[in-house]
Amino acid sequence: MGATQTHSEYQYENMVGKTGFSTEQIKNLHMRFQQLSGNEKTLRREHLKNIPALANNPIKTEIIEAFFDKRNQLDNELGSYEEIGFEEFLMVMSHFRPLSIKTSEEERTAMRRQKVRFLFNMHDTDGDGKITLEEYRKAVEELLSESGTIGQEGARAIADAAMLEVASTNVPNLGPDDFYEGITFEHFEEILKDLEMESRMHVRFLDMNTANLRCGKTSS
Amino acid sequence: MAERWRSALLLCLLMAASSLANSETPVSSSTGNETTGTGHETAAITTLPIVTWKWHHVEVPYLVALWVLVSWLCKLVIEANHNVTNYIPESALLICFGFILGGMIWGADKVQTFKLTPTTFFFYLLPQIILDTGYSMPNKLFFTNLGAILIHAIIGTCWNAATLGLSLWGCHQGGAMGNIEIGLLQYLLYGSLMAAVDPVAVIAVFEQVHVNEVLFILVFGESLLNDGVTVVLFNVFDAFVSLGGGAIDAKEIVKGIVSFFVVAFGGSLLGTVFGLLISLLSRCTKNIQIIEPGFIFVLGYLAYLTAEMLSLSSILSIVFCGVCCQKYMNSNMDENSIQTVRYAMKVFANGSETIIFVFLGISAIDKTIWVWNTGFILLTLFFILIYRFIGVFILTWFLNRSRLVPISFVEQIIMGYGGLRGAVAYGLAVNLNETKIKEKNLMVCTTLIVVYFTVILQGVTMKPLVQWLNVKRAATVDLTLVEKVQNKVFEHMLVAIEDISGQIGDNYWRNKWRNFEEKWMSRLLLKPSARKKQDRLFNVFHQLNLQDAMEYVKEGEHRGSLEFIRNESAFVDFKKKFGEDYEEAMPDIMAVMADDQGSAMRRDPVPSVSLEMHEQNMRGLREAEGINSHYLLDQHLYKSRKQHRYRFSRSHLDINQDENEVQEIFQRTMRSRLESFKSGKMGVAPPKTITKHTKREPQPKMPNGRNKPYHSGDEDFEFSEGDSASGYDTSFPMRVGYRAGAGIENPAFMPDLDPSSPLHIPPWLADAGLEVNPVAPSERAQVRTPGHLHRLASLRTSAQPGDTVRDRNLLTPPPPPHRDDDHL
Repeated sequence: MGATQTHSEYQYENMVGKTGFSTEQIKNLHMRFQQLSGNEKTLRREHLKNIPALANNPIKTEIIEAFFDKRNQLDNELGSYEEIGFEEFLMVMSHFRPLSIKTSEEERTAMRRQKVRFLFNMHDTDGDGKITLEEYRKAVEELLSESGTIGQEGARAIADAAMLEVASTNVPNLGPDDFYEGITFEHFEEILKDLEMESRMHVRFLDMNTANLRCGKTSS
Repeated sequence: MAERWRSALLLCLLMAASSLANSETPVSSSTGNETTGTGHETAAITTLPIVTWKWHHVEVPYLVALWVLVSWLCKLVIEANHNVTNYIPESALLICFGFILGGMIWGADKVQTFKLTPTTFFFYLLPQIILDTGYSMPNKLFFTNLGAILIHAIIGTCWNAATLGLSLWGCHQGGAMGNIEIGLLQYLLYGSLMAAVDPVAVIAVFEQVHVNEVLFILVFGESLLNDGVTVVLFNVFDAFVSLGGGAIDAKEIVKGIVSFFVVAFGGSLLGTVFGLLISLLSRCTKNIQIIEPGFIFVLGYLAYLTAEMLSLSSILSIVFCGVCCQKYMNSNMDENSIQTVRYAMKVFANGSETIIFVFLGISAIDKTIWVWNTGFILLTLFFILIYRFIGVFILTWFLNRSRLVPISFVEQIIMGYGGLRGAVAYGLAVNLNETKIKEKNLMVCTTLIVVYFTVILQGVTMKPLVQWLNVKRAATVDLTLVEKVQNKVFEHMLVAIEDISGQIGDNYWRNKWRNFEEKWMSRLLLKPSARKKQDRLFNVFHQLNLQDAMEYVKEGEHRGSLEFIRNESAFVDFKKKFGEDYEEAMPDIMAVMADDQGSAMRRDPVPSVSLEMHEQNMRGLREAEGINSHYLLDQHLYKSRKQHRYRFSRSHLDINQDENEVQEIFQRTMRSRLESFKSGKMGVAPPKTITKHTKREPQPKMPNGRNKPYHSGDEDFEFSEGDSASGYDTSFPMRVGYRAGAGIENPAFMPDLDPSSPLHIPPWLADAGLEVNPVAPSERAQVRTPGHLHRLASLRTSAQPGDTVRDRNLLTPPPPPHRDDDHL
């Protein structure tokens, strides 16, 4: 075992505690990271934009933005990075960890919050802690972006209606002079309560190394 | 209630008696006919008979029809008492009715004339039930859980069969059953027929319990798919029994395993082929729309029979037939045909389910099959229950290791407890060959007891158990718009994350499949007109409706903020302005207002309804856009959970209420649109005004974004009054439609929500040009010239207390008088 090896092992250990991934998974993700970044230390937006499979995803910009969002690094900073290292990459990924059967109730709630927070941040582009109508519209528009102009109009209408709905459910006693400024995180959480986020928002991170094959190809 | 029961019973009794009397008395009745001789068959007529009694001529179909009627009447009686069905599942009650009917027949005939024969069951009663389940299968749910379902269906069934057979044999060896002639192979054969969980019984019980979808699909999917296994096991052991123990060697066993794969996969494949065939066929049934819905029944039945003919799994065949064709059928066929298919399916399935349960009861009242062997029967019951639980626990334990959403312990208990046996087992037991299996009657009667035990006892206790264990129930609330949007975001996000992380997971495959389907399957199987809805008119309808929908929202907002709606004085003002025209409509608006005030913020189903509407419209649009956009909605805001909730329920068809509602809205809108068009032509043109889109430049956002809190009421008023006119004339018909459509008014009307939304001007309105605004809005509104880029002062606070948004509800506007008479 060389020095570099132990170094990265150590790093992995560190991240295991922080992100909850297993060492295997981290290794896999690291490989993927290097593959994406072209063996550089950091990842920039272009790298992600170049993923071919992502090309058709209507919300790809939002997703990519999320990776560079400082808020998703759990240290409550605002703003976004220009480039991210592996650790940041991993932190973002950790939002998509599945629950295991052993997860305790508190962990579950914590994870749930984390996941909802991630979604919330995705919509709350300006980081003011509220999803305003503008922001929400933008999100819906993007979601419907494939449908062309009509999609855009439809998106607006949908976003507006959705917003009304949120306002009516969350602030039942909205005073006459009040203005519903946007969806706060608490509201957002409330809205998504029934969606069973914690169990649905996950990606299967493999322990086995499937990326290996491709990795091998690219590196050789 | 007692009286009702009695009368109902009497009715049934009469029915049964009449059929009985008919069946046994052709001779006596014909002897009463002095002149025509003893019977029409033998009659040597001497004179022209005016009326002849030809019972034997019609006997069979007549009895069939009568029995169908009697069974359905039983259901009718049962369903009349909801306080009973709340506690006891309908299937159990039907069986009990069967007991009664059977008792009556027995009392009259001293022999059981009617019973459920395997032929009747497998050829005439089962197929439609299974076809229905396949056709209304929630595909996504089914395929996402396919792994777990398959494991339970295959391994679980084998486990059940093997353990039951072996344990019974062990007990037999131990002497627990006294002196009966059953060998190991025969025990295994018996085990295999008892192993399968019965789809009919499972749906019947589970659809009344409303457990969560995943749990339901696990039990239900298993019950469907394990048929392949049961058939194979049954055939294999049947053959083994015939061969005798000595002739079985490794080769035979290997053959048995091979035959399993052939039977199961062959059946599924055959079904898929038939499903695709139906889809293809439905592409070209445009000219014979009237019989279009029939194809699925005929071809589905053919799929079933073909599989039966090739000794493949017929149930699997028809399930997959339904699963494959549902989507394409629904896009290819005419709207009416789709509805027809749906209803006809339910009628057939529910009808034959009823008959099956009644006859299961009737079959019991037959002395000839009753062979009591306490040890055998009790042990069977015991083992079935125990091994089912053990099997479920073991398998789910393995599954949970790889499942992302583990199946909880409580759910496992329900899964185990949901292992109901039903008519399939009975049918197979009756099919046993008496010459090879001496104790056939014992097996049949044990099977019956097991069926009764599971369907009645477990069925009755299922609901309390589910409640007691606090099993997660099926969601009862509809998804709100936000949730739907969020769901879509979800899906895309997961796929994106998988892409980024380079993992190939479920989402990845789902995406791949979707692409494949989009590219090939739908091109092949959907109408070349690219599922443009069946005709152009419809299409246009959809388009217009979308416009309406969007406007509806916009307008609602503006209107919600209208002064005259909010305060009395303004209201009066408004009244004055509109003059006598609206006079009679006024009380109306007032009433509505009062109403809405009361129920102000109550959460109505409306948001989601209006959402649905959007979706529907979106769909229409998408269709217009051709192939590539067909799946747009699918990808975006289309499938919601709601849409397949309950679809698998055989007796509740009203499920997709929303769809119907949307349809209705749709039609109403269309009608009113037509009317408004008419009136426009006739020169009764309603007042029109146009306020051009007020484009707002994006507000400079401060980092903390606190810059737009209070700009509410005010700007709204600014254009709302101007718009109100345009709003009114265009939206009148529509609104009226909504109101009539019960609960479609948007309740949650928050006018201030969208101060910046550009006014949406429908094209037809735009054509109308700028006319004088008869509403005479306030000066503020008039100042604004159309097309003027109006920048809203976002920080202006509402200065007029009188403008307060008191009413956030969308008020249903009065119908314009000129349309009044023909419309409402």
